[in-house]
Amino acid sequence: MALLEVDDLSVTFARRGQRAVRAVDGVSFSVDAGEVVGLVGESGCGKSVTSLAIMGLLPKQPGLRVGGRAVFDGTDLLQLDDRSRRDIRGRDIAMIFQDPLSSLNPVLPIGLQVTEVLTRHRGMKGDAAAKEAARLLDRVGIPDPKRRLKEYPHQLSGGMRQRALIAMAVACQPRLLIADEPTTALDVTIQAQILELLKDLVRDSGTALVMITHDLGVVAGMCDSINVLYGGRVVETARRRPLFREPRHPYTVGLLGSVPRLDAGRGERLNPIPGSVRDLLPWPDGCAFAPRCSRRVDACVGEPPQLVLAHDGRSYRCVNPAPVPAPREEEKR
Amino acid sequence: MTIISGKKREKIDRLAELAAREEERGVSLWQDAFRRLRRNPAAIVGAVILTIFVLVAIVGPFFVPYGPTDTMGIREGVVRVGQGLIPGHSAEHWLGYDHQGRDVFSRMIVGARQTLLVGVVATLIGLAVGVLIGGVAGAAAGLGGRLGRWVDTTLMRIIDMLLAMPGLLLAVSIAALLGPSLTTVMIAVGLVSVPVFARLLRGSMIGQSNSDYVLAATSLGVRKSKIALAHVLPNSIAPVIVQATLTLATAIIEAAALSYLGLGNPDSAVPEWGVMLADAQPWLGIRPALAIYPAVGIIITALGFTLLGEAMREALDPKLRK
Amino acid sequence: MIRFIVRRLLQLIPTLFGLSLLLFIWLRRLPGGPETAILGERGTPEMRAAIRHNLGLDEPILIQYGRFIRRMIRLDLGTSIATKREVTTEFLQRFPGTVELTVTAMVIAVGIGIPLGYLAARRRGRLLDHLSVGGSLVGICIPVFFLAYILKAIFSENLGWFPSSGRQDPTIGATRITNFFVLDGLMTREWDAAADALWHLVLPGLALASIPLAIIVRITRASVLEVLNEDFVRTAEAKGLTENVVRRRHVLRNAMLPVATSIGLLTGGLLSGAVLTETVFAFSGIGAFLADSISQRDYPVLMGFIMIIAVVYVLVNLIVDLSYSLIDPRVRVR
Repeated sequence: MALLEVDDLSVTFARRGQRAVRAVDGVSFSVDAGEVVGLVGESGCGKSVTSLAIMGLLPKQPGLRVGGRAVFDGTDLLQLDDRSRRDIRGRDIAMIFQDPLSSLNPVLPIGLQVTEVLTRHRGMKGDAAAKEAARLLDRVGIPDPKRRLKEYPHQLSGGMRQRALIAMAVACQPRLLIADEPTTALDVTIQAQILELLKDLVRDSGTALVMITHDLGVVAGMCDSINVLYGGRVVETARRRPLFREPRHPYTVGLLGSVPRLDAGRGERLNPIPGSVRDLLPWPDGCAFAPRCSRRVDACVGEPPQLVLAHDGRSYRCVNPAPVPAPREEEKR
Repeated sequence: MTIISGKKREKIDRLAELAAREEERGVSLWQDAFRRLRRNPAAIVGAVILTIFVLVAIVGPFFVPYGPTDTMGIREGVVRVGQGLIPGHSAEHWLGYDHQGRDVFSRMIVGARQTLLVGVVATLIGLAVGVLIGGVAGAAAGLGGRLGRWVDTTLMRIIDMLLAMPGLLLAVSIAALLGPSLTTVMIAVGLVSVPVFARLLRGSMIGQSNSDYVLAATSLGVRKSKIALAHVLPNSIAPVIVQATLTLATAIIEAAALSYLGLGNPDSAVPEWGVMLADAQPWLGIRPALAIYPAVGIIITALGFTLLGEAMREALDPKLRK
Repeated sequence: MIRFIVRRLLQLIPTLFGLSLLLFIWLRRLPGGPETAILGERGTPEMRAAIRHNLGLDEPILIQYGRFIRRMIRLDLGTSIATKREVTTEFLQRFPGTVELTVTAMVIAVGIGIPLGYLAARRRGRLLDHLSVGGSLVGICIPVFFLAYILKAIFSENLGWFPSSGRQDPTIGATRITNFFVLDGLMTREWDAAADALWHLVLPGLALASIPLAIIVRITRASVLEVLNEDFVRTAEAKGLTENVVRRRHVLRNAMLPVATSIGLLTGGLLSGAVLTETVFAFSGIGAFLADSISQRDYPVLMGFIMIIAVVYVLVNLIVDLSYSLIDPRVRVR
């Protein structure tokens, strides 16, 4: 049984005097224990809203409606009351965010921000908590952890801050870790280190990881299965290899075409997707990607395309999918 | 390759176009601010209050039923202060008489004009001096160099000195220098607001001169003085305008306070709400309404300026723009 | 830290010099002089000249200023022309009243303003929010002296709950040590004297608190709303911390930063408001005395009082800055 089963999740923001905006529309995916799952898409496609909805962290505001189910270990997270949700957050499901500087409280020392999780969920206090916090900082690769505990976020480098945030997230050995663009705000060299660290932690502790990113490179390096999101819907789901080898949805094709490749022939051009996501523009009635799609046909407008189930558990939402390329020579062998 | 009927292609193209155009259609700061101002109920209330106030102040004095200085109540023997007799509202005198037998309604209307005048002139004085000092300091700080820093530091020291003196004390000493009159009140209240304007403009200008577009202009070889005047100053003026609206409110209140301390026009012939409020204090026991009318007038007017000012601040706040 | 304090205090010196020079020249340019206040309109020109000579007012202004500075360095502020008493004595007798009043007003403003602003932000768009935002708007727009009169009329003259004037009932015969009446009462264990002095502070304190209260409510509300949207609050929520810990440790603490700044800036305005409130409640602080000193051209009192007030103002802001660096580690005090 899956550890987390998200089923038909939808999030609607209705502002007074404005048309309701459906930020997430019928998203379904599942995460098995110890698995690394990617949620991929451009900014504004609903990845972050999906993760915040699962965590129950969407800012409370009138007009916000969350529908569907998010079953974690047998309980539907969306039906829980505030108290039980707080019990699960940080203990069973933890989350790390994009911008490590703004995600840390600027006026509290790092140590306190780590120990407060230990106190809350593991009942640790005083020296024991401080010792454990130092161990955690050491575990995530922060040198001289005892000294760092007393320092404030502004005294740490960007990479150190993200490591500190990861330490807080893994403090209670959660079964699921959601990482929302954890490397976007960091330098490239630091990005690789943080990804390695996450990979290590997940492998050692058997924690499942949901990796939210717009960067296919990140996904290629670590995810077991990948969900591509566009316009608040999952447009394609596949294991890693099939997805990279034979993407079916034109959006996935477009994403892959936008990534520069070393093995591309010289003079071969990148194929960027034209246009950009309009984040609050109401999605068109039919396929959200249709206005930017090179393979659009009549059927793309009007009804949203149905999910097409293909072999080995992959699926896509497209009426005119990209053809499966002929198997290459070496794979025939 | 693709088979799309004409109609549907149009629809898709329109959507694609919409997506592209929306992005490029730039709305200017002021247009955008005005659009948001119109949707803010507080701004509407403030604007309505102020429109009525300004209309009354400009047109009202031509239509008052009695002369504001006509002591008819005493003449007719209706008002006898010694016996505690100050009649209240009646069909002829809507708001009754004051302690000198004058028609309060007429005085309120004519007083609106004086009150508006005091507020506007005081704010303009503060604005002019403050913008001059703040602008020079801001430009000097932005130009940099030893001279620029020196000019900036000196000007700001002077402003700090003004700030270190309680505003009212400053006003009182100005009043002592000039003798009590309405002009004194205007100058005093105006000068008290100088440090706020100066600091605000300077801070805003320094913020602007650190921005990327100034860097861009500098690297294009635009002269520094031209950048300061043509780019930095206009972009820094928004908070000053907001502050001016808010200062109009405080100016009217402070003017009332100075009148109360006896620094306003000693001759109450020309009615002004602050003077009327101050004059009414001895008669609070007999007829408190004499104090309440001008006080309510002051409060509502100040409220109008404050509502509008706060709404403008919100509308111009780049953090709230989207 | 210490270097920061020393530097700030050293910066005070040129400010004081400049302020005193401006004041000195300004005051001497006021028409009339102390001799008019002493003699009225009757005095002969010879008598006037004699008084001016005795006070040293016939000398060139720079020499007078030099003398003032020399005395000021020895912390000697001279003697009041009107009361013939040392300016320092006059100040020490009257300033405590103003301080008591100002502190009372600040305690009321902070004590009510911060919780109210916080609650308003938490219940954004609900009745309490609208009431406190509306109330604070009106609060800013009511002239302080008018509010003082209304409070006095209702709670003291009509209902008789509070005394209408003065700092303490003289029939109590309280012992004076510091001239801070509440403090004196506590030190001498004359509890009734302390309570009576406190009782006298309520109405003027409330009137004086109106504007800072309104401003603190608004700043706290805006600041809490901003902090609630910060990423680190979301992180705290994601850690599963209890609502209480999130509020106290993460939201309130950060939201207090702008409030702390505003408290320092409000002090100057409070001193102005105190002058008006003291007048309405016949509360013997520096307010009425200063106003009288201006009309009597009591130069030493004016110079001395304003200099001390400027120093106090700068010190209050220094303390605020220091406490700011305690709550915000990013502000490095150098």
